[in-house]
Amino acid sequence: MRVLIIEDDSETANFLIKAMRESGHGAEWAADGITGLDLAREGAFDVLLVDRMLPELDGLSVIQTLRKEGNQTPVLVLSALGEVDDRVKGLKAGGDDYLTKPYAFAELLARVEALSRRATPGEQATRLVVGDLVLDRLSHAVTRAGETITLQPREYRLLEYLMKHAGQVVTRTMLLENVWDYHFDPQTNVIDVHVSRLRSKIDKAFDKPLLHTVRGAGYVVRETES
Amino acid sequence: MTPRAALSTTVFGLSALGVAAYLVVTAALVALVVWQSNRNFAAEVLDTLSAEAETIIAMAGDRSSQAINAGLQRLHTRDQHHHPNRLYFLSGPDGRKLAGNLAQPPVGWSGKTTGGLFSYKTNGAPSLRTAAGLPLALDDGGFLVIARDIEDQRKFVNRVRWIALLAIAAIAMGGLSLGFLASRRVLSRVEKLTTATQSIMAGNLSGRLPVQNSGDEFDRLSDSVNAMLERIEQLMGGMKEVSDNIAHDLKTPLNRLRNRAENALRTARTKDELSAGLGQTIEAADEIIKTFNALLLIARLEAGAIEETKAPVALGSLVAGAAELYEPLAEEAGLRMQIGHLPEVTIMANQQLIIQAVINLIDNSIKYGSKHSAVLAAAPDADPPHHAVHPGQITVDLVKHAHSVDIVIADNGPGISEHDRQRVLDRFVRLDKSRSLPGTGLGLSLVSAVARLHGGTLRLEDNAPGLRAVLRLPI
Repeated sequence: MRVLIIEDDSETANFLIKAMRESGHGAEWAADGITGLDLAREGAFDVLLVDRMLPELDGLSVIQTLRKEGNQTPVLVLSALGEVDDRVKGLKAGGDDYLTKPYAFAELLARVEALSRRATPGEQATRLVVGDLVLDRLSHAVTRAGETITLQPREYRLLEYLMKHAGQVVTRTMLLENVWDYHFDPQTNVIDVHVSRLRSKIDKAFDKPLLHTVRGAGYVVRETES
Repeated sequence: MTPRAALSTTVFGLSALGVAAYLVVTAALVALVVWQSNRNFAAEVLDTLSAEAETIIAMAGDRSSQAINAGLQRLHTRDQHHHPNRLYFLSGPDGRKLAGNLAQPPVGWSGKTTGGLFSYKTNGAPSLRTAAGLPLALDDGGFLVIARDIEDQRKFVNRVRWIALLAIAAIAMGGLSLGFLASRRVLSRVEKLTTATQSIMAGNLSGRLPVQNSGDEFDRLSDSVNAMLERIEQLMGGMKEVSDNIAHDLKTPLNRLRNRAENALRTARTKDELSAGLGQTIEAADEIIKTFNALLLIARLEAGAIEETKAPVALGSLVAGAAELYEPLAEEAGLRMQIGHLPEVTIMANQQLIIQAVINLIDNSIKYGSKHSAVLAAAPDADPPHHAVHPGQITVDLVKHAHSVDIVIADNGPGISEHDRQRVLDRFVRLDKSRSLPGTGLGLSLVSAVARLHGGTLRLEDNAPGLRAVLRLPI
């Protein structure tokens, strides 16, 4: 995956480039809006990381220009402006996701990976399969190794989101935003409890766990532990 | 305050304009009345004179100067003492005066003149008098003038004119003086307001504009400005408190963060120990970020600019959703969450803020409702732990009233003593009993700010035992 980082602070940018490369992704850096727009137009990026406040051309204008030109590269907006209406503005301008500074890199990485997957087709699959766990999005039926698993509606949506992003780390905040549609910072481990309930339903009676905790980041649904 | 300043106020300008308008209208009116009455009077006199002329001619029998003279003599002896103002002059065909109490005819008059006003002089009198006269040409070439002295009437009219002018002048002076006095009064009030304002600007934030309790426009203005100053002072006080609290409550975790990093650097021997130390450092940083975010949100709420973000919010579903999110957490903490009947009430509100407020209340009730034993151990002054034997329970209710709706979250934990209840709504106040629990200490003050911003209230009550938080929002 190739990521374009449009960010005027060189220390932040260097940190992001280094961390992205360590995670196995390619990263390039533009220090102002105009350069960023030019690089983004040349294409070949899977995700754009755009800071809102940039010299020359502000982040939201960069995104709006790209969208007007028909460029649909997924954009993660990074901003110190973190209120709900700032976020709405960011998404209205054409951003696909919004992350408030300061952020944990694990959170950023999880979101970037979720966005890059979004750009590839398969989002609309009617059956989600991970190992012997099957979720049928038409009948809302969940089975593991052929056994029916009964889930509460919210548990179903939680599992659906996790399976849609199978193999990708999903953070607690992403779950809170996408499964519950809450945009705030939970003070407690409220998501963990829901995940552990779900886990007891889909993993407990089976040898091989599918729902894994990723320390310091979040959760991932995948077949193997590694 | 200079007289010139008093002359340049709006009040004085308006009264001067009023006086000027009054002067123009009244002067025109007086002039019209005087002119009209003079004219009418003269016309009336001339009418009488022409009737009299006909009588004289009729009495004389013909229009010769001799006959007229005889007639006049008769008339004169009969009527003179009744008409002291009656004047006449008769000359014969040769132009010589035959009779009359006028020494000479009006200058320039002849039998063809139509008659009108003229001036004459009586014997021994120092000044000219005015009279209205009618000339008559006689058949034999004689000439008769009959006239009336109207000097007294003229004087009367003149006197009226002078009195009117004096009255107008007096009223104008009075009006201008009143305007000037009113203007000075206004200026002195303004001066007082200015002095007070300058003192406030110079930093005396508890200063207020003077109010005279007369309920006039200045008092009303001062009252609203004072209310504004009150709010500003409150906000400034809040800001000062925030900076004090930032200094106090953010320095502590910052110091903790620094200590952890330093400790890891100094004592870690292996890579794992170093990682663990760094992990702790990041945790400390995250706590600081959370506190900081909550602080910013409260500050923004207190600035009070969310009106345009309000939209219809279905409270029943919102509370149900929040309760559902936290229900497993409550269970984990050994608490039973009882969700009451939640009627669907729709209000205009900022949805995310209401969610945040409800969640803070539920989060609090779980945190404190489940920690009674720990808290009691840490609080020697608490009641005997009789409620520790009850299973913890949290109730979530939504009660609709005529004009408001209550979101009620109650627990049966240790509660908050009465004198602490207001204090916990302040920023960063965490009662000593709860110092050991995680949290920013901003939860309840955030709820309180959200309530205030929506025109509602947050009440903390005794749930006997426990805390009952009532978030009341207007419908």
